[in-house]
Amino acid sequence: MNENIKRFSYPYIVWISIVIVIPVLLIFLYSFIQSTGEPVVFRFTLQNYRDFLDPIFLNVLWHSFIIAAISTAICLLLGYPVAWVVSRLKPHRQSSALMLFILPMWINMLLRTYAWITILSRQGILNKILARLGMGPFHMMYTDFSVSLGMVYNFLPFMILPIYTSILKVDGHLIDAARDLGASGSHVFRKVMLPLTMPGIITGVTMVFLPAMSTFVIPQLLGGGQYIMIGNLIERQFLLTGDWHFGSAISVVLMAFILLSVWAMKRFDGGGSQAGTAGKGALPW
Amino acid sequence: MKKWLILLAAVFLVSCGGDQRPRLFVYNVGEYMDTSVLEEFEEEYGVRVIYETFDSNETAYQKLKAGTTAYDVVFPSDYMIEKMIKEDMLEKLDFSLIPNFENLLPEFTYLEYDPKNLYSVPYFWGTVGIVYDTRLVNGSVDSWSALWDERYEKEIFMYDSQRDSLMVALKLLGYSLNTHKTEELEAAKSLLIKQSPFVIAYITDVVISNMIAGNAGLAVVYSGDAAYIMDENESMEYVIPKEGSNLWVDAMVIPKMSNNKELAHAFIDFILRPEIGLANTEYVMYSTPNALVLEELEGEGWTENDAFNPDLSKFPNLEMFKDPGEFVAEYDRIWIEILAGAK
Repeated sequence: MNENIKRFSYPYIVWISIVIVIPVLLIFLYSFIQSTGEPVVFRFTLQNYRDFLDPIFLNVLWHSFIIAAISTAICLLLGYPVAWVVSRLKPHRQSSALMLFILPMWINMLLRTYAWITILSRQGILNKILARLGMGPFHMMYTDFSVSLGMVYNFLPFMILPIYTSILKVDGHLIDAARDLGASGSHVFRKVMLPLTMPGIITGVTMVFLPAMSTFVIPQLLGGGQYIMIGNLIERQFLLTGDWHFGSAISVVLMAFILLSVWAMKRFDGGGSQAGTAGKGALPW
Repeated sequence: MKKWLILLAAVFLVSCGGDQRPRLFVYNVGEYMDTSVLEEFEEEYGVRVIYETFDSNETAYQKLKAGTTAYDVVFPSDYMIEKMIKEDMLEKLDFSLIPNFENLLPEFTYLEYDPKNLYSVPYFWGTVGIVYDTRLVNGSVDSWSALWDERYEKEIFMYDSQRDSLMVALKLLGYSLNTHKTEELEAAKSLLIKQSPFVIAYITDVVISNMIAGNAGLAVVYSGDAAYIMDENESMEYVIPKEGSNLWVDAMVIPKMSNNKELAHAFIDFILRPEIGLANTEYVMYSTPNALVLEELEGEGWTENDAFNPDLSKFPNLEMFKDPGEFVAEYDRIWIEILAGAK
């Protein structure tokens, strides 16, 4: 039986080697070589990485990290209560509520993001409504605000779903028991719910932070070029400048940065949910 | 189950084998052609046109260099054509197959980027200038320095293209837009970073819808986009600043890797027909180098318009971009520093 199932995984292994493993290896290779002007002769070099140590690029990396971290934090603050409320609904209501969060994702991401331009512009819908109320106009488009908003809007479902799943797994009797023993509402949350749902939180944070850190479409559309993030830098190296070696080096740096963040979060999980019984099953790796 | 499979296979076969017409791969700038003329071409020649678009010359160059699609006709700009000729990427044209070449105005052929006019056929031309909202700007704008005016804080859109934005600063400083001096580029960089608090954003095509909606007071735009904006929003005005600006020509070329060169020539000739040229001009609103199209437009209020058809003798300090060669690395570096430093 086990052997049979294994056989079904072969197409997946072939697929993943072609579209993920080989390209990643190529990026690694490209980042360490330099063309010599002759077609097939390359030289090993660390120069591409040295170039990245320029304060300007480090600044871009730092700024990307800050915006991604802020967006992830907002997603968590919004997503946790929402997941909680949904999990307390009647079962048939729950699935329709979840549907409401997933529904917008059926629309192309570019369209959804473009729509915000119409809403946030100076002559946009929001400013028109505010003008009726005697306020504004506010400068919202092409700012840190619009970029973060675009990210929160696009990535929020990735936060809600894993947290919702982990809340469902919590045994309701534990909460009742805590209550019976005299724990206050905030006590129950901090000492029981939070540790038990930590795996969901970690998964949600990871699934929001990773795309937020590397996206280039959202800062491009809603940041108006002046919010250049690490993803935009990589895009420019490949599409405009044509320096594939430097672009690859930045990609490798980004990958290392993300792996490091995931590792740090896993460590955090190990410390935080010792009391938990839900385990780490919710982590995808 | 079996029946379904057979049906599925049949659908597959039909959809794959249905279209036996020869294919022509056209690669043009976005929103830069009335695509109904493509259907006309398809019908007349019994071919299928695969039409793809790009948003900057640099993108197009990278795509051609990668060689993944064998494009037959491409529409790059002057300096990029110069670079492609230098790198032996373009086919010499057979002008006996392009009789409509004689429809073109002489001042737009045999230009610096292709001095013997062996590789390219001009498609549209234009300038770069400032489009501004007359309700916001008192008096008229005539200098690039308006983009550094404190009164217009957060009222300015710049163009997200390194050559165009650097051009603005270089011209204001009185330098050539083809400078090869690092210190002049550094001066332009400081000027642009100084400007960044006044700028709302660096954007490309969305500048059109933004200016029509009135989301900013001033914007750096291409002349044809300006003509379109002014057509849609009456309070907008276009000016070519007195310090001078960029004069550009976009032209049709056939890459060496084209598989269907004869048809590519036919397509170029087709585009030069007066009625096709007119349809495209009315659609994109850029300046046409086609004398017959210009005749058709006479008396419609277009030919007196500086955005659509500036009298070049009135603007002596317009310059065309040249391929910077290896020096492009300096432009790239300076531009990234501006974008990363502007906040």
